[in-house]
Amino acid sequence: MEVLSHLALGFQTAGTLENLMYCFIGVFLGTAIGVLPGIGPLATIAMLLPITYQLSDPTTALIMLAGIYYGSQYGGSTTAILVNLPGESASVVTVLDGYQMARKGRAGPALAIAAIGSFFAGTVATFMLAAFAPPLAEVAFKFGPAEYFSLMVLGLVAAVVLANGSVVKALGMVVLGLLLGMIGTDVNSGVARFSFDIPELTDGVEFAVVAMGMFGFAEIILNLEQKEDRSILSGKIKGLFPTWADLKASAMPIVRGTALGSFLGILPGGGATLSAFSSYALEKKVSKHPELFGTGTIEGVAGPEAANNAGSQMSFVPMLTLGLPTNAVMALMIAAMMIHNIQPGPQVMSSNPTLFWGLICSMWIGNLMLVILNLPMIGIWIKLLTIPYRLLYPAILLFCAIGAYSVNNNTFDVLMTIPFAILGYAFKKLDCEPAPLLLGFVLGKLMEEYLRRALTISRGDATVFFTRPLSLVLLIIAAILLVLVFSPKIAKKREEAFQEE
Amino acid sequence: MKIKNQKDFWSAVMFIVFGVLFIAWSSEYQFGTTQRMGPGYFPTILGILLVLLGILVALPTFKHDAAETHVGEIGWRGLTVILGSVILYAVLLPRLGFVISMATLVILSAMASREFTWKAALLSTIVLGLFSYLVFVKGLELQFPVWPPFLTR
Repeated sequence: MEVLSHLALGFQTAGTLENLMYCFIGVFLGTAIGVLPGIGPLATIAMLLPITYQLSDPTTALIMLAGIYYGSQYGGSTTAILVNLPGESASVVTVLDGYQMARKGRAGPALAIAAIGSFFAGTVATFMLAAFAPPLAEVAFKFGPAEYFSLMVLGLVAAVVLANGSVVKALGMVVLGLLLGMIGTDVNSGVARFSFDIPELTDGVEFAVVAMGMFGFAEIILNLEQKEDRSILSGKIKGLFPTWADLKASAMPIVRGTALGSFLGILPGGGATLSAFSSYALEKKVSKHPELFGTGTIEGVAGPEAANNAGSQMSFVPMLTLGLPTNAVMALMIAAMMIHNIQPGPQVMSSNPTLFWGLICSMWIGNLMLVILNLPMIGIWIKLLTIPYRLLYPAILLFCAIGAYSVNNNTFDVLMTIPFAILGYAFKKLDCEPAPLLLGFVLGKLMEEYLRRALTISRGDATVFFTRPLSLVLLIIAAILLVLVFSPKIAKKREEAFQEE
Repeated sequence: MKIKNQKDFWSAVMFIVFGVLFIAWSSEYQFGTTQRMGPGYFPTILGILLVLLGILVALPTFKHDAAETHVGEIGWRGLTVILGSVILYAVLLPRLGFVISMATLVILSAMASREFTWKAALLSTIVLGLFSYLVFVKGLELQFPVWPPFLTR
């Protein structure tokens, strides 16, 4: 069993005291910041990303980052259940029954089941990841520049199709992101593009800076426009632990949610969100009491929570094996890898096996820590939730400002957050989703490089993308996706799916 | 004629403006040939694509049955105060050190809230100051002046 020896290597790596410690810090910080209302996983990661730059070992840095990701996601579920406020789209469905359970004083079981379901899903997804990644990387080795280019086209198109809102606008955001990614020195000619003679810009714009401006600052300004209006549960939480009946009722939804999430998570785009929505719909369908959904039934929390965790974990598969980020969080992971001089792609598995398997195993450890950490600490998270926003946002601003500075020990990066904050604010006002832009931003230079190489090899023959079979298949899938989403019937279905909120 | 779908219309304007800007800027770089792409090649193509997408977004907004949307008011107060406090932080940090710049950031940005009180702002400055001193200066050993450089010299 090759998988087992890989996993053994992974657990050895992830199990060192240092890595365990940073995994724990990541999970802890992620949860602590993720539970703060109005701060989703993206903003949390953007804020904490520069801290991981300080770590010298890329494996440790990625392990910590992954820990932050799980932590912030679980933290998001906590806010969804307790304050009726989903931190991100994946926990939108958790709100439906989770908050109702909390109103009935059953927040404890809801939070506990969310943790248990996530842990089960995380365990299964870890094994799926270990089993699926090597064969997929095998395929990826057959990829030439043309295939990579087409794969990125597919990835970006799929991310757009599965995202919320207008498809054309999302495509525009992707292209704008690609263009912003061009800022900096062109690797081929050495020309500093779009840098306007500003020396700091020749290295390009820092990813954390873009993310902070668009997701951190813009969000704060928008929140300030709204009247503070949060219904925090004042009532006592009766009984932390789920009853035997709760566990029995949740078992099958967790298993089904995990299966759904493991499958859908590999798809580019909102893997976790799609998984959670489908799981909720499925549970409602198979339930004997569908009328209870939405009134605080535990199955409605267990299934989607397991699904979104499995989904988010499986979204690591394309990132680790193909170097393709399928969502904005994975784009951040790729940026972190590149900071440590690791070029994401199929070669990571063979060139950095300790990093690869260590990261995968740390996911399981991180999920275990989440359960251990959160069950006893739910009470403290609830306390954190009562911090009013007016005290919260100056702290977020400060941590972002410190973080942006620490990327290069330079105030220039702090100032660079400003134009992106303004852009992010404008995007929100115009209903343009910023997440696709972030994907494009990360992929910009890579895509150009693959396009350039493919066309150099083919001597300028652009048909190369259609004559190479693998590349053709990828482009055809992308085209089908686009056609489907514009066909009126499907467009309507899609609208309905995102309307369930 | 009145444009009903304001949000999409202005999104389109934004896309087209960015597209044109990037095309114009790219024209300063060598375009090259398809076989040997110059630094201007890919950005120019992307710029054209962005303009085309902008037009695609704009066209339906001229229809009579377009959905009616409004951009909504711009929160100038929040924008200027929040972003201003970050700019001030960046300007003050190398000149007056971390303690003064963080206090400026926290207090000034807190004023953007409708429920601003001096007591709460000062208290959170002290708490955040101590916390970030311990975590970022002592713990992570980030490099920046803590006190005004002219005092410690």
